[in-house]
Amino acid sequence: MSDTAQATASLNGAAILSKDLSIYYGDFQAVRDVNLDIQTNRITAIIGPSGCGKSTVLRAFNRMNELIPSVNTKGEVLFRGENIYAPDVDPVEVRRRIGMVFQKPNPFPKSVYENVAWGARINGHKGNLDELVHSSLKAAALWDEVKDKLDQSGLSLSGGQQQRLCIARTIAVRPDIILMDEPCSALDPIATLRIEELMRDLAKEFTIIIVTHNMQQAARVSDRTAFFSLSEDGKRAGMLMEYGDTKTMFTRPEKKITEDYITGRFG
Amino acid sequence: MSTNNLHSSNLPGRHRLGRVWLVVFQVALVVGVVALCALLFNILNGSFGYVAVQDKVNPATLAVDGVPLEELDKDTLIQVLQANISAGLMARYEFDKPFAERDAGEVYDLILERVVAPEFVAQWSLYESLTNAGEVRATAAQEYPEARLEFRSWLNWHFLRAPQSSYPEIAGVRTAVLGSLWTISIAVLFAFPVGVAAAVYLQEYAPDNLINRIIQTNITNLAGVPSIIYGILGLAIFVRALGAFTSGIAFGVTDPATANGRTILSAGLTLGMLVLPLIIINAQEAIKAVPSSLRQASYGLGATRWETVWHHVLPNAMAGIMTGTILAISRAIGETAPLIVIGASTFIQVDPEGPFSKFTTLPIQIYQWTARPQSVFRNLAGGASLVLLGLLLTMNATAIILRNRYRRSQ
Repeated sequence: MSDTAQATASLNGAAILSKDLSIYYGDFQAVRDVNLDIQTNRITAIIGPSGCGKSTVLRAFNRMNELIPSVNTKGEVLFRGENIYAPDVDPVEVRRRIGMVFQKPNPFPKSVYENVAWGARINGHKGNLDELVHSSLKAAALWDEVKDKLDQSGLSLSGGQQQRLCIARTIAVRPDIILMDEPCSALDPIATLRIEELMRDLAKEFTIIIVTHNMQQAARVSDRTAFFSLSEDGKRAGMLMEYGDTKTMFTRPEKKITEDYITGRFG
Repeated sequence: MSTNNLHSSNLPGRHRLGRVWLVVFQVALVVGVVALCALLFNILNGSFGYVAVQDKVNPATLAVDGVPLEELDKDTLIQVLQANISAGLMARYEFDKPFAERDAGEVYDLILERVVAPEFVAQWSLYESLTNAGEVRATAAQEYPEARLEFRSWLNWHFLRAPQSSYPEIAGVRTAVLGSLWTISIAVLFAFPVGVAAAVYLQEYAPDNLINRIIQTNITNLAGVPSIIYGILGLAIFVRALGAFTSGIAFGVTDPATANGRTILSAGLTLGMLVLPLIIINAQEAIKAVPSSLRQASYGLGATRWETVWHHVLPNAMAGIMTGTILAISRAIGETAPLIVIGASTFIQVDPEGPFSKFTTLPIQIYQWTARPQSVFRNLAGGASLVLLGLLLTMNATAIILRNRYRRSQ
C-alpha cells in the first residue's frame, strides 16, 4: 500500500469509492456503471427496490462476489488509493480490512469466545486474546449479556444477540470498513433498535455501509443515502440513481423516481 | 356442509384412494419385517440346538496315575499324545510348531482333538430342539446309544477363540475374525483420508468444468460397480503389479507363503478401493450440507480457503462423513467375492501377524463352511454368521457413539 497521506488525497477523503463498477452474473448485467464514494466514519445506507443490485454492490466492496463462480466484475474499487481488483491484490487481505455482517445472523457453531477470537487468531493477532474478546464484545454492546457464558455455543444466544456477536466478531479483526447486508431483517423491532444504536457508536471508529429494505431505518441511522433502481431501458440492470445526504434525500430528493420510492409509490 | 357446484363431490373417493395407498405402504413394511425375521430365524435356527456327541476314547481312561487328563503337566501330556497318535502326525505337529514352544493348554487341545476326538454324530436345529425335544431324545437314544445328547450353542467362547479346523468339534473363527479386522482396518486407513481429501477437493476447490463433471460422474458410477470387478482390479494391481510391495519383499519380508502378494495388505487395499467412491460421495453430501453462510462468515473475516475448510467445513461435516464411512465399512466387511478373486486362503489355522500375512475373513469362512458336504458345518456357518453380525453391530455402535460425541462437542 502507498503511504496514507497520498492515499487519502487520491480518494478525496472517501474511505472507499467505486469507479464505473459493473457486475455481471454470467451474461446478465446486474449492476451498471456505479460511481459511489463512501465517506470515512459515516454510515452510508444503500436503499432501493428488490433485485436492483444493492447487495451485489455491497459485496463488490470486499470481493465477496467472487465466491459465486459466475460473477464477473468490471471497473475499479479504490480503497486506500489502490484498486482492490488489481491482479496483485489478495482478496483475503481485502476482506480482513473490509468486514461484513450478513442478513441472517451466522455465528460459528463454536463458543461465544471462539466466535470472536477465531478471526483475530487466524489473522495473526499479537495482543492478548482475552482482552480483545472483552473489548470487542463490549464494543458490540453484548459483553454484559454474555460475560458469564463465554464458553457456551454462539448458537444458544437469541437472534439479536447472535447478530451482535457477528458484529463483535467482525470488529475483532479491526477492519476499516464494515459492510452490513440487511443486518436487521431477521430481527424483531427491539433487537433492531439495539443494533441501530450500536451502529451509531461504531461509526465513531469505523466506516459503515448498510443495505436496507427499511426506509425508516435508513432515515434513522444513516448520514448519507444511495438510492439504486433498475435501468429504464428494459435490461433491468441496477443503477445508482441518486446519492447525497440522508436528510436531503428524504426531504428534497432531486429525482422523481427517488421521491416515488421514498414516499412508497413503488418498490 | 354446503357444497357449491364448482367442485364435484369426490372427497370420499379421494379418502378411499389414500386408504388404499396406506395399505400398500403397510404391506411393504410387513414384507420387509417378515424377510428380516426369516433371516434371523434361519441364522439362529442353525446356531443353537441339540447335538449328539460321541468320544472315540473316553477321557477318563487317559488319566495317568490317577491324575485326570486336564490336570496333567505338559511333559506328561506330550507322552499321552505320543502314545496315542502315529509318529508321522507327531512329527508334523513338531514341524508346525515345536512342542517346546507350545504350552500345556495347547497340548491338551491336541489330545482332545486327536485322541479323545469327540465327534458330532447328529445335530438338530433350534426349532426341532425346542418344539420336539422328546422325539429328539428318543431318536438319539435309539440311533446313537453311545453318544451323549447336549444342547449346544454353536456360538461359544471356544468357537470365538479357536482357529479354523477341519474337525467341526474344535473349529473356531478366530483366524477369520482377526483377518476381517485386519483387512477392514487397512481399508479404512487407506480409503478414509483419501476419500475425504478427494471430496473436499471436488466440493470446495474444483471449478465447475467439463473435466471435473466427468470425474464426478465416474465416481458416482464407480459406487455401483459390482464388487467382483474390484477383485479383478485388486488382483491386477495389488497382487500382480505391486506384488513386491504387497508381499512385503520390498520391505525385507521373506515368507514364501505370501511371496505371491495374496496378503492382508492386498485385500485391505482392494476393499479400500471398493469403498472409496462410497466414502467420497457420502463425504461430498456431508460437505454440501454445511450451510454456505458459515463459509461466507469465515471468508468475510479474512480467512483463506484452507482455513475455512479446516476450521468450519470439515468439523461441521465430520458427523455426516463418519456416518457415510460407517455405511461403507458395513458393506466392505461383508464382501466375499473380491477377496476370493485376489486369493483369500479358505483354510488357514495361523493368526495373521501383520499386513503381509495370508488371510481369510469371516464371510469367506462362512462361504467355505456352507460349501462343505457335512451338514454339521452349516451349524458352524450359522454361528459364524452371528459373529459377523455381532462384529458389524459393534463397529456401527462404536462409530455412532463416536459420531454423537463429536456432534455434542461442537
